[in-house]
Amino acid sequence: MDSSITSEPSIQPVLADVAHDHETHDHAGNSMFGFIVFLLSESVIFLSFFAGYTMIKLTTPDWLPPGVEGLEVSAPTINTIVLVSSSFVIYFAERALKQNKLVQFRLLWLLTMAMGTYFLVGQVIEWRGLQFGLTTGIYGGLFYLLTGFHGLHVLIGILLQGLMLGRSLIPNNYANGHVGVDETSLFWHFVDVIWIVLFCLIYLWQ
Amino acid sequence: MIESISIAPEQLKHEPPTGWRRYFGFSTDHKVIGIQYLVTSFAFFLIGGLLSMVMRAELITPESDLLDRSLYNSMFTMHGTIMIFLWIFPSLVGLANYLVPLMIGARDMAFPRLNAVAFWLVPVFGILLMASFFLPGGTAQAGWWSYPPVSTQNPTGNLITGEAVWILAIAISGVSSIMGAVNFVTTIVRMRAPGMTYFRMPAYVWAVLSAQLIQLAALPALTAGAVMLLFDVVAGTAFFDPERGGNPVLFQHFFWFYSHPAVYVMALPAFGIFSEILPVYARKPLFGYKVVAVSSLLISVVSVLVWVHHMYASGTPGWMRMLFMFSTMLVAVPTGVKVFAWVATVWRGKLRLDTPMLFCLGAIMMFVFAGITGVMLASVPVDIHVNNTYFVVGHFHYIVYGTITMAMFAALYHWFPKITGRMYYEGLGKLHFVLAFVGTNLCFLPMHLAGLHGMVRRVSSYDPEFAFSNVLASLGGFLLGMSTLPFILNMVGAWVQGKQAPDNPWRAIGLEWMVSSPPPVENFEELPIVVSGPYGYGKSEPLVSNEAALKPH
Repeated sequence: MDSSITSEPSIQPVLADVAHDHETHDHAGNSMFGFIVFLLSESVIFLSFFAGYTMIKLTTPDWLPPGVEGLEVSAPTINTIVLVSSSFVIYFAERALKQNKLVQFRLLWLLTMAMGTYFLVGQVIEWRGLQFGLTTGIYGGLFYLLTGFHGLHVLIGILLQGLMLGRSLIPNNYANGHVGVDETSLFWHFVDVIWIVLFCLIYLWQ
Repeated sequence: MIESISIAPEQLKHEPPTGWRRYFGFSTDHKVIGIQYLVTSFAFFLIGGLLSMVMRAELITPESDLLDRSLYNSMFTMHGTIMIFLWIFPSLVGLANYLVPLMIGARDMAFPRLNAVAFWLVPVFGILLMASFFLPGGTAQAGWWSYPPVSTQNPTGNLITGEAVWILAIAISGVSSIMGAVNFVTTIVRMRAPGMTYFRMPAYVWAVLSAQLIQLAALPALTAGAVMLLFDVVAGTAFFDPERGGNPVLFQHFFWFYSHPAVYVMALPAFGIFSEILPVYARKPLFGYKVVAVSSLLISVVSVLVWVHHMYASGTPGWMRMLFMFSTMLVAVPTGVKVFAWVATVWRGKLRLDTPMLFCLGAIMMFVFAGITGVMLASVPVDIHVNNTYFVVGHFHYIVYGTITMAMFAALYHWFPKITGRMYYEGLGKLHFVLAFVGTNLCFLPMHLAGLHGMVRRVSSYDPEFAFSNVLASLGGFLLGMSTLPFILNMVGAWVQGKQAPDNPWRAIGLEWMVSSPPPVENFEELPIVVSGPYGYGKSEPLVSNEAALKPH
């Protein structure tokens, strides 16, 4: 396998093919690879927040601010169900695009965006009904930091989806590949998985 | 068949701007970006160096007489921040930017535009950081690690404090680093030339890959901590405020979970430089190449498991100290493997003591010393004794100056002919080495003594019993400052009117030496087909099967 590799004449054409692949650059492949690397790195921010939350929760005697009983779980549960379902919707949207069903793609894609927006609005309504703020002790800070940082990601996801939807209106834009759509979809799954962990940590483990 | 491969037409149509102008614009050529990084970071290196010389001037006498105490706080905070985030990081990234695509046989980085954006963030946050000198309360004063509760103090009451600007600047630096890391990892994993398997990559590329993986895995922790600190400083949250349920030690965890591995982000490329340069000037293959390559990855794995050794004195329980003492000492194994390999590479070689080799050998000597004091510091009883003293300052300056900056100089001399197409002046280079080597040891060795006797760091006055060590250190510091003058003269003079450099002045083996000096925009006329491993010194096997086709005819 070592130094003798090209002394074999039969391997020469194969190598030339490989060289050609390198020459034309797999831009979509590079882009997807880089995006996955980025998401892995991004997940470490959330892991750090989760670790900090857990550490403080386990070591703080007066965890909840005075007068606060705990968080209401039912509305956030509905929110969670909507967000997690949207991951399936976006999967079918992506599949429709792969099968060149552009109209179906746009409809499902719009539905995903609507579900994401529902989640965000629900989050804001929940925030407005709470008796504690960002600066109310350590609990308020952590609650708003975690939900807010995740909400920011949801917002970015929706904006990216809007961008991809707009691009789908350009004729033949997705005819030769749609790595942007795939990445947006992957990002959405990422945001979803983070939320499931976050929901367990903040709402279920009270 | 191979001859039929040609450059795609769209790659040829945009003629890049030539001459000095392209270095001031938004170029996407990795070589231009590399030089932009190097020159920008060197400018900040000079600023950081001036700050340190002002501090050394203050420390010549035991009394605090030259500077206001809070200005002294600003000085050491900015010195540390500039040297780490604006000199070592960007200069190493710049060198890697220049070399990695050439070394793996690629035409550019995987994401050229992202690369350019990542670079242009450096001057942005650099200027932002400098601007904080003009704020009413001055710059951040909490040291480069910015521990709360010191960092959350706000005596002036302004919303925009030096600390807030500092955090913002570090955040921008972090964004730039993550962009760079994604780019490097993608480039190294996916853009290697045909035949360039992982175990044919130069050890430097392995080191860069390992370092950038650390960035991806650990930098987000600092981002998390910085976001929380910014909220504490600006919005009045209680994350690190113990009176309201917060925990200041949590910040230390976030900070060191990144900032200890960050030491390896800085040191690994320096190790890679040693592994590249030693074989060239010893005319021998790198000893134990595969083990050296893998030890880089091992260092990055172990590096994320050691951070609490910075917190032995932060109320850390005994069992945790034990664990982290053990894991920290474990780092000595892969680094020891490297040092062993370097010594074995040089052993009985035909040494050629040109400037790059001198810098390498000097740096390795100082690295061994820093490694020994590093193991001492990893040991809990010693660390408790010297915690927050000049012993620590001396130790890490042997790493950041004695090892990394010296390695950087070695690299700049070694690849200068390739980068500029000119030869540097050997005499000035040797003068630079002598001044830098003597200066480093004179400046940082006495600090160990003062630290062992209990001289606390980050204070502008000290007990007169430490006066002798401090006078020596200050003289060494000024000598270090002087040592950059022949370097600047050499670099500028040689670039302007140096002798024309051949393509391979050192008779080195490596893809970057097979193209012209400086390399053309697309690096290779035809992509290299790699047929053997690196460092074939003294062997007669070719590195690539199409060497003649790499350069334009």
